[in-house]
Amino acid sequence: MAQSEAVNSQTAIERAARSRDVRYRWLLTTPALLVLFLFAVGPLAVMLTYSFLKPGNVGGVAWIFSTDGWFKVFFKVNIFEGTVELADAHLAILWRSVSLAFYTTILALIFGFPVAYFIATRPENRRDLWLFLITIPFWTNLLIRTFAIMELIRNEGFINTWAIRLGLIDRPIQMLFSDFAIALGMLYVFLPLMVLPIYASLEKLDFRYVEAAYDLYANKWQVLWRVILPLTKSGIVAGSILVFIPALGSYVVPRVLGGGRSMMLGNLIEFQFGQGRNWPLGAALSITLMAIVMVALLVYVRNQGRAAQHV
Amino acid sequence: MSNVIEGMEQTAVDIRSVSKVFGIGADRFAALDQISVAIRQNEFFTLLGPSGCGKTTLLRIIAGFDHPSEGEIWLDGVNISALPPFKRPINTVFQNYALFPHMTVAENIGFGLEMLRKPKDEIRATVGEMLRLVRMEELATRRVSQISGGQQQRVALARALAPRPKVLLLDEPLSALDLKLRKEMQIELKRLQGETGITFIFVTHDQEEALTMSDRIAVMSRGKMLQIGTPREIYDHPNDRFVANFIGDTNFLPAEIVTLDGDCAKIKLASGAIVNAGLPEDARPSGAVTIVVRPEQAELVSGESRADLTGRIENIVYFGTDTHYHLKIQDGSAFVVRQQSRAGRADSWKLGQACGVAFCDGAAQVLRS
Repeated sequence: MAQSEAVNSQTAIERAARSRDVRYRWLLTTPALLVLFLFAVGPLAVMLTYSFLKPGNVGGVAWIFSTDGWFKVFFKVNIFEGTVELADAHLAILWRSVSLAFYTTILALIFGFPVAYFIATRPENRRDLWLFLITIPFWTNLLIRTFAIMELIRNEGFINTWAIRLGLIDRPIQMLFSDFAIALGMLYVFLPLMVLPIYASLEKLDFRYVEAAYDLYANKWQVLWRVILPLTKSGIVAGSILVFIPALGSYVVPRVLGGGRSMMLGNLIEFQFGQGRNWPLGAALSITLMAIVMVALLVYVRNQGRAAQHV
Repeated sequence: MSNVIEGMEQTAVDIRSVSKVFGIGADRFAALDQISVAIRQNEFFTLLGPSGCGKTTLLRIIAGFDHPSEGEIWLDGVNISALPPFKRPINTVFQNYALFPHMTVAENIGFGLEMLRKPKDEIRATVGEMLRLVRMEELATRRVSQISGGQQQRVALARALAPRPKVLLLDEPLSALDLKLRKEMQIELKRLQGETGITFIFVTHDQEEALTMSDRIAVMSRGKMLQIGTPREIYDHPNDRFVANFIGDTNFLPAEIVTLDGDCAKIKLASGAIVNAGLPEDARPSGAVTIVVRPEQAELVSGESRADLTGRIENIVYFGTDTHYHLKIQDGSAFVVRQQSRAGRADSWKLGQACGVAFCDGAAQVLRS
């Protein structure tokens, strides 16, 4: 009797095991894998493949293996002397893009931190309103917003017209198609991306640390440098990454507000896929851009890891 | 030596009719109502009261985090009411310590000195000295997240003491510790007060903590200081119903003033017995009053000859060190007598037994009406 019961329970376990066969569980991850493949791995693979092909006659690619695309990212052939030189135009564009992204990040930080601090120190029921105001521009198309800035600052635009009418200036100040216009546009576009993560870390900041620092003879600047900034570092870094990466590839703002005089990496890539009709070069440039970002992120993560070990 | 004794008598923190009002109109709420007190140098002064009584508000005003709506704070003869916290030679040990999580133990302790721009050598020496003072030498390079609650407490103390403030404010610093650690820290705090010569202002809602550690206690309720005095004065001669109730267990009895004699009075109890009772400061009560008698300052007696009260034992609760007898006295109200246990003394009192209660000398105290 007892023996048959034991046998019964044995088969019950086997049945349960069969019905929940762990070997097929990975099937449940299919949707996630599909999304990852379609939107991340797939396009990257396409770009990587294209970068090793020959350009087609009217755009597109010809399915012939070639490293020309990659070669042209870094070098150019002087057709008169037949020598190989560094592609200084590309490097200049790369440098310009990196510095634009860098200055945008710095500007966004300088303007974004006080804004985030202001919101984080409002009464709790008011903060949502301020955050809402910060995110409103997101609801409008980037191009439209950029043209709106253009309308504001062009020679016959709102600011110049009124400044002249009020007699502040005699002739319009050239603001459009300048570095100032690009900086203004970039700041406007990327400010929310800086404000939100910094706000998130400021909101979590325990203001008793601030009081403790005041109590220990720290003045306002010292409190900011020694306590608030170190304790909100994660938000500042996250905001900087969120601003730096898209700023590196941005092309709408430099083109519309900068007048396309100075080409950026984004414009260069767009050009290769458009008028340039050199998709392999465009693909190679895209991957180069991505590689720069990846290396920057890796360095950051490595440093963070080391800092964490010190803790 | 005479300096020290003179110093003891000198006022360190002088709080002059300080009021603090929050809100306006119907929401108007006076957190502090005309508080005046002079705290002496190197005194262990405790603000005792339930939560919401204004003790933390007063501490924050002394530290400079809040500003009084009315009144002034003076420190060593200087009006510091308008100074921000970082210009006051006053440091705080916060309730949850507020140690900087991005710094080591040593960096935390050195922070105040660094902000005062002391030379590096001096900072290092003082930090070392402070670590020794709170017995934390081995943990100097640890992050604050890597040390226990009791150790954090000691670091917070060391951090506040390192800049050698004139006054140390302690905002319920022991409330997060378990009982054993709290007892240790109570002794530690008294030792530090003695060794540093700094004035300690200590906030707590724990009456036992206040009684064991303080030189003087101010009992606060609803923004007012009800009584200021030594632990013994507060305990033995509470002059307010709230004070008597808040500190220790108490019996309240109705009585009538018969004659006044200095700070003493002869009063008549409901039972008809006449006893001596202490009077609250500056008060000349007359007619019906309430008196308090501590449970351990009364004893059970048989027979009515010595009894001030008579009643019946309703409940006996044995606590080990002592026994509580809950009585119902003639007029129907309750009265508790606490008797200390003694080895070999068998308990002779039985439940339901009729008995008398005799007050010890000076046990009765008249309350302010």
